Amino acid sequence: MNLEWDEFFVTGEPLIYAADVSIVLTTIAIIFVLTYFKKWKWLWREWLTTVDHKKIGIMYIFAALLMLFRAGVDALLMRAQLTVPNSKILEGQHYNEIFTTHGTIMIIFMAMPFLIGLINFVVPLQIGARDVAYPFLNAVSFWTFFMGAMLFNISFIIGGSPSAGWTSYVPLAGDELSPDPGQNFYLIGLQIAGIGTLLTGINFLVTILKMRAPGMTWMRMPMFTWSTLITMILIIFAFPVLTVALALMTFDRLFGSHFFTLADGGLPMLWANLFWIWGHPEVYIVILPAFGIFSEIISTFARKTLFGYKAMVWSIVAIAGLSFVVWVHHFFTMGANAAVNSFFSITTMMIAIPTGVKIFNWLFTLYKGRIKMTTAMLWSLAFIPNFTIGGVTGVMLAMAAADYQYHNTYFLVAHFHYVLISGTVFACFAGLFFWYPKMFGYKLNERLGKWGFWFFMIGFNVTFFPMYFLGLAGMPRRIYTYEWADGWFNLNVVASIGGVGMAIGFVLLVYNIYWSFRHAERENEGDPWDGRTLEWSTPTPVPFYNFAITPTVKGLDAYIIMKKDREQQEKTYKPIHMPSYSGLPIIMSAAFFISGFGLVFKWWWIAIIGLIGVLVTLVLRSFDYDEGYYVQVEEIERIENAYK
Amino acid sequence: MTTIAFLTGCSELAVLDPKGPVALQQKDLIMWSIGFMLFIVTVVFVLFTLFIVRYRERPENEDYEPPQDEGNKLLEVIWTVVPVLIVIALSVPTVKTIYALEEPPKATSHKDPLVIHATSVDWKWIFTYPEQEIETVNYLHIPEDRPILFKLTSADSMAALWIPRLGGQEYNMAGMETEIYLQADEPGTYKGRNANFTGEGFAEQKFTVTAQTKEEFEQWVEETQASAPKLTKEKYDRLMLKGHTGKHTFSSTHLEWVDHAKQPDYAIKVREKLNPDHDEPF
Repeated sequence: MNLEWDEFFVTGEPLIYAADVSIVLTTIAIIFVLTYFKKWKWLWREWLTTVDHKKIGIMYIFAALLMLFRAGVDALLMRAQLTVPNSKILEGQHYNEIFTTHGTIMIIFMAMPFLIGLINFVVPLQIGARDVAYPFLNAVSFWTFFMGAMLFNISFIIGGSPSAGWTSYVPLAGDELSPDPGQNFYLIGLQIAGIGTLLTGINFLVTILKMRAPGMTWMRMPMFTWSTLITMILIIFAFPVLTVALALMTFDRLFGSHFFTLADGGLPMLWANLFWIWGHPEVYIVILPAFGIFSEIISTFARKTLFGYKAMVWSIVAIAGLSFVVWVHHFFTMGANAAVNSFFSITTMMIAIPTGVKIFNWLFTLYKGRIKMTTAMLWSLAFIPNFTIGGVTGVMLAMAAADYQYHNTYFLVAHFHYVLISGTVFACFAGLFFWYPKMFGYKLNERLGKWGFWFFMIGFNVTFFPMYFLGLAGMPRRIYTYEWADGWFNLNVVASIGGVGMAIGFVLLVYNIYWSFRHAERENEGDPWDGRTLEWSTPTPVPFYNFAITPTVKGLDAYIIMKKDREQQEKTYKPIHMPSYSGLPIIMSAAFFISGFGLVFKWWWIAIIGLIGVLVTLVLRSFDYDEGYYVQVEEIERIENAYK
Repeated sequence: MTTIAFLTGCSELAVLDPKGPVALQQKDLIMWSIGFMLFIVTVVFVLFTLFIVRYRERPENEDYEPPQDEGNKLLEVIWTVVPVLIVIALSVPTVKTIYALEEPPKATSHKDPLVIHATSVDWKWIFTYPEQEIETVNYLHIPEDRPILFKLTSADSMAALWIPRLGGQEYNMAGMETEIYLQADEPGTYKGRNANFTGEGFAEQKFTVTAQTKEEFEQWVEETQASAPKLTKEKYDRLMLKGHTGKHTFSSTHLEWVDHAKQPDYAIKVREKLNPDHDEPF
């Protein structure tokens, strides 16, 4: 691709120039701080080369918060543009780029990594394991995700962003109608990050199947572990479909094949099918772990074991199974015959049954409990009514004949934000507040946390509830402007005000992280919430080998039972086998990034150099005979005694 | 709720203010489902409020040890069976309506439907009346009380024809022909648009629908046939260029030389041939 330099760098918008400046300044500041405090070596040794599931989890969450900020700014820009009719803040094309990156980043680079971060940190601890099954692969997962996300994000200032929506429907997203490199960032960025997600799926499936502490039978697995297990199975079945779909469109755009083109017999509708065969399970990939998180928190702060545990497990399994037979409901309007639409209407509505079961089980976990209103609990409680609104409107959308009227409107936008925000985002925040003391040895500030909660939760409702009515008033999604005559002005103003509330909530969260880092009271007994599961049985900060002695599980709520029994386990330590850190995952992923960057602009020599880099790291890994090391008993004793 | 009703004004909720039998069936289905949904939401909200108020931790209940009940068969059966019943109650009318919308509306099914081809091209609407040999751009005239059979296709990106007050949308796809019945019960002007994202000019890809009495419609047809210019291939090809345009009327149709449902790359080929810098879009 021959580009002038002003086509290479995105130009012409003051917003972009401001972003350019802030990116350069931030980069300089980071380099300066690291150099001044001589932290480069520390960063490399402790974080960039780590294979410790806890540190990887924290890095996932940090990256996800960055992405939440980026895509949140996108959202605010959209709200600014739509507040009044005929607004001139953004041009059509720029608006299209912003809603595309907003959706893609929120789903792929925010929601999933945030949850995978929490899963990484918590699940091995929850099942009494010392790490995941494949610690090296875990680092590859993180770094491919991170490099994929960075490649996608630089499209903002280099080459131009994709603008065909996060669903990237062809033929619009194809070479014939979108010849700019933007769409390539989407294809290659997601492909690289997808490697990491698939590896995570395999890694945690094996971890949960093979590495549970003795005594942890299927029906003694904590709910978060259960939901993670099922999510990983969804990932393993769904992500290969995305990989193939992305590859086919990449061939179309880079090498001139005709899978989805208008010319020469391409089948554009095939993309929609492939996309949603992945895409529908994908929304469960980001909601099932959330269900797990809420289960843990509600049970902990109601001080009751989870009501209907078995039904909860089976309903997750049912939801996961159904998630593969509902994808057509994303395009009821494609003209499939009545039998097809009827079938997919009914399967979709059936999802409401196991989901309803879960809602009532959560409610009855509260019944006769002693509910402690911590910030984590507030997020979890708020989930119940808000998610119910999102859920019932989902059933309305499932009714195909009515969906012809809702489809592509703000009714749909309201629905999926209700389920994704009050489901996934609330869960991420709840989980962050809940497990933060386990991660860092101090709680986040509860007062700031509650203020942030109320701003965000009320702001969320003020933003998205009016959108149901905007949809019924005929406002389609993805329009960058409307007219006074459309009559959508009032509700849009309300929605934008709510958006400000959510932004304040987010700022309070970030400030809370800073404030708590500086001032929060440190603790190291490791069980600040009177926890129920094994992660709370470890001291804080968790030693790198997690458990000096592998715990024995005697029932659901394993740690509650342990606390009641109070029996002193004999402390005879044995040497612990641990994996060595490695710099290969980050280097390999950087090579993927370079290769991907070359592919985006069809600069083949860069792509080839990057691929050679990937191959070299693979070969190096193959001939790497480092099989880890043993932590000797004396060192374990020294570390364990330090906690007393 | 009332505030929102006030802010919009109920008549502004186009979907709930149908002007034809298709949109009316959809509105009935929506209202039916809203009833059940309000019931579910009420049950959940009431239990939720009761439980968090009643069982909240307070200084006086600090010694209270909650019972560790693992579940309750009867309750769990209830909240499985009731949703099953609700799903059945929603599925039956849904399936019925899905099948009903495949046919012309019952009340007027004895009338011959008027066939109109609706073709989307970035970012315009081309309407073709094959029997009347009329073609219009960005506006429609239809007779009231007569089913209209739209045959939908697209010259490039996937669009969706949507006239909220007359009924739900359906995709226009290049290389495909989809069908949808709509009908207006009373004369009036209705807004129509593309509801499916098609890129830069998507927001303005709109059209107006004028529903008229049978006599007025026939008069419009005759006048158009007599006075509108013929559509030439050259003019039509310029319509294929990306961009917006006003309303246009012709007394012949493009179906003579191209059917986009069979030639999905027609517009792409035309764009390669024409120079978008010199050949102004129509």
